[in-house]
Amino acid sequence: MRKLKFILLTLLALLPARLQAEELDMDTYLFSHINDAYSWHITTVNGHHVSIPLPVILYSKESGFHLFSSARLAHEGSSYRGFTIAPAGQKWENKIVEQQPDGSVTRPLDLSITKNVLGLMINGLLLVVIVLLTARWYRRHDAMKEAPRGLPGIMEMIITMVEDDIIKDSIGKDYKRYSPYLLTAFFFIFINNLMGIVPFFPGGANTTGNIAVTLVLAICTFLAVNLFGNKHYWKDILWPDVPMAIKCPLPLMPLIEIVGIFTKPFSLMVRLFANILAGHCMILGVVAVIFLTAELGAAMNAGMTVVAVCLGVFMDILELLVAFIQAYVFTMLSAVFIGLSRQEGE
Amino acid sequence: MSLITPDFGLLFWMTLIFGIVFFVLAKFGFPAITGMVEKRSGKIEDSLRKADEAEKKLASIAREQERLLEEAHLEQSRILKEASEAREKIISTAKEEASREAEKIFNTAKTQIEAERESAIRDIRHQVSLISLELAEKVIRKKLEDGNEQLALLDRMVDEASKTRLN
Repeated sequence: MRKLKFILLTLLALLPARLQAEELDMDTYLFSHINDAYSWHITTVNGHHVSIPLPVILYSKESGFHLFSSARLAHEGSSYRGFTIAPAGQKWENKIVEQQPDGSVTRPLDLSITKNVLGLMINGLLLVVIVLLTARWYRRHDAMKEAPRGLPGIMEMIITMVEDDIIKDSIGKDYKRYSPYLLTAFFFIFINNLMGIVPFFPGGANTTGNIAVTLVLAICTFLAVNLFGNKHYWKDILWPDVPMAIKCPLPLMPLIEIVGIFTKPFSLMVRLFANILAGHCMILGVVAVIFLTAELGAAMNAGMTVVAVCLGVFMDILELLVAFIQAYVFTMLSAVFIGLSRQEGE
Repeated sequence: MSLITPDFGLLFWMTLIFGIVFFVLAKFGFPAITGMVEKRSGKIEDSLRKADEAEKKLASIAREQERLLEEAHLEQSRILKEASEAREKIISTAKEEASREAEKIFNTAKTQIEAERESAIRDIRHQVSLISLELAEKVIRKKLEDGNEQLALLDRMVDEASKTRLN
């Protein structure tokens, strides 16, 4: 083992440090990975970008409806039908903007199938296929006589765990009404987290690390909590059991409670978003060490590469754990909030 | 900044995709699975309860069996005791009967023996008288070989005969 390491290090030391030629722009590197994009960049071979062009769908008040491939805007600064991708540092950076004849720049209504949208579609489809395959097993077999193995077995284990440990415990007697939503949320977040860790297509899209995605999930929980909240829940918010002084002339407690209605889903949104984003940044940062140390000479670079790969493996395993924990936490808190809104008064 | 400002296009697509995924899974996916899992766990619970009941029943059957066995033992010993009592009684009555019968037989035999003895004595007497008669005849014949003697004897005999007759 030590001998092997020694040989490897010597070989690396002899290599001319060619990476020096291409300096790493940390900002572009990081944000191109964690941000949304109009095309799905896969790799770069000899300076040539290999990426999947995605459909751009736009609606502009001035020029109407547009649908074209993102390949038209692939080169920096290229323009198509008056649309360009705003360069970094300007307003709406990295988003498609429309150049008006009078020289002003506007942002059209942008419904493009971006990298994250395609990622969501792939992950959603994957989830649907997995769950329906599991459901099909139960239709084809007599579940009274045999227990599933393989994929349905794993799915049953996770579903039972989520339902028994989270949903039943947190919501109580009418958990059945909410269980499909909570299970969907759990698996949707879990599969998106996992696919985000996979470094190549069809994984790698930073879906749950995008605030729009977590916002929608948080809104769903918000609706589930507040649309079906019972009388006791609303009474607790508008007229809580506290001394009269802090609720009557000035509705201090009701105000706090109303703010609380919104902060709960907000915390859900930010927690998931920040955790996954931070995980991606950590992994990207660890990998970047390899390229950043290229300037320091081959031996240093080789040493740091070994360190970075070890750290990267550790981070990836940690992120696997985080992927599960965040899905679990989101589901559990949603269930707890729903459970609180269904609580009966003593 | 673009990190924390939700993009409208992504919001729109996420709502659509999540909505579709939720609809499909809530309609065709999870209820089928959770329903079956629940049914199965219900069945397992049911089976366990039934097994428990069966075990209890089995235990009660064993107890019943033991009780029956005990009863049978008691009955057996009772019957045996009765039988031995009956045997004793039968034997004792038989003994009594036998002794009575024996006594009766003994008595009859005794009377018979008495009668036999009597007749035997009678017979002997008769025989003795016949023998003595014969002896007398022989003696007399010898004595009568001479004439005087014969006469004297004749007389004596007549005397004797008349004496016995008279007596």
